[in-house]
Amino acid sequence: MNSLHDADVNVGDQIAPLVLPLTRSLIVATALASRDYQDVHHDPTLAQQKGSQDIFMNILTTNGLIGRYITDWAGPESIIKNVSIRLGVPNYAGDTMTITGTVTSKQDGQIVVGVVGANSMGNHVTGTVTLMLGATGQGDTK
Amino acid sequence: MTTAPTDTTASAAFEASLQQFVGLEIGVVAVAPDEVNVPMVRHWCEAMGDTNPVYLDASAAAASVHGGLVAPPTMLQAWVMRPFGQGRDESESNPYSQLTNAVESNGFTSVVATNCEQTYDRYLRPGDHLTMRTVIDSVSGEKTTGLGTGHFITTRQDYFDAAGERVGSMLFRILKFRPAPKPAPAAPKPLRPRPSLTFDHLFWFEGLKQGKLLIQRCAECGVLRHPAAPMCRECRSLAWDTIEAGGRGRIHSFVVVHYPQIPSIEYPNQVVLVDLDEGVRVVANTVDTNAEQLVIGAAVQLEVRMCDDDLSLPFFKVVQS
Repeated sequence: MNSLHDADVNVGDQIAPLVLPLTRSLIVATALASRDYQDVHHDPTLAQQKGSQDIFMNILTTNGLIGRYITDWAGPESIIKNVSIRLGVPNYAGDTMTITGTVTSKQDGQIVVGVVGANSMGNHVTGTVTLMLGATGQGDTK
Repeated sequence: MTTAPTDTTASAAFEASLQQFVGLEIGVVAVAPDEVNVPMVRHWCEAMGDTNPVYLDASAAAASVHGGLVAPPTMLQAWVMRPFGQGRDESESNPYSQLTNAVESNGFTSVVATNCEQTYDRYLRPGDHLTMRTVIDSVSGEKTTGLGTGHFITTRQDYFDAAGERVGSMLFRILKFRPAPKPAPAAPKPLRPRPSLTFDHLFWFEGLKQGKLLIQRCAECGVLRHPAAPMCRECRSLAWDTIEAGGRGRIHSFVVVHYPQIPSIEYPNQVVLVDLDEGVRVVANTVDTNAEQLVIGAAVQLEVRMCDDDLSLPFFKVVQS
């Protein structure tokens, strides 16, 4: 895994999209890995009784996937400082979410990436991730 | 002399009362059941598909900027999640319960999470033992959103390590709202106007219900008549019976009614006056007939259709003669 450095990144850079099939297994496995036992994240019958069309992704997972998306791109030397998200339509089992990202600012050693995770119904999440990139020539795990 | 409307005063008092909750700590300090640990990180990384080596590959992590294994920063909240089967603290003494009760009692009963902002002071390492304190950070005034009118409630969760140093913080915002009224379901299509039934023409509508277009016939002289009437215009007999129309005829005249529109009628409303082969005229609507086909003299075929449970009517369709 290569790490990006400040010189590699410019405002306006687009990050390759991550296309995630939202399988029932993914929704349940991620909910449990984040210790979120709310029934709407694993029990379709109860989810429907509460007005949802199916089980849907929990917020911790949305955060986790955004974190993964950013470090998949920036590499293991990057350090995430802040993840701020605004929630939109639910990520229902059976849908597909595509995460995209654009570098929106680069200042004082900090990069801000605007991220969007969209599914068939619209934007599930929009937000920003603030991170520091690896220092040049240091600790690359190439 | 004017006085402020009571509801405005009450509303202002309600708004002010909500601000009393800002800054209050919610419940007890949450203590993570487990230290930050590699097995839980492994479960997380497997489920998320996260292959960053600094989380699970000890040697790669040691060589990295972190100098050793760390936990995914977005995992912050997971370390202090409530155990399975344990509900929220909804006791009356909990300021958050008091706040949500106050908001709900004013009609803002629905809830949706809108924002989550996590700040990481440092990455967590295996062995870190977290505690978490939650404070009501802000309560917005009444806002109108796409979902409805409501109040945004923001809580702040601060996470501390065993030494009491803050390691991260999370702002979590929900909207407590009064759902916007749903658009009224489409009203069922109104029924066609009811005929005012009398003894003289009840047979005609009953015949249609059985799929038959009946024509009244004088029982004395055999002359057919339509619309139904009690007496034969030729011989003045009151005795009558019926025959069933064969269903073929020709357009004697027609009109297309555009205005005023009646909800129960399909438009364009093509009304035909049909000379039945039997020699009487019937007024009816067309079916499966376009404007070009609507020509005086065109041959038509009867179709009796059920308009609703209580009404069947004759319709005519233009056919090849």
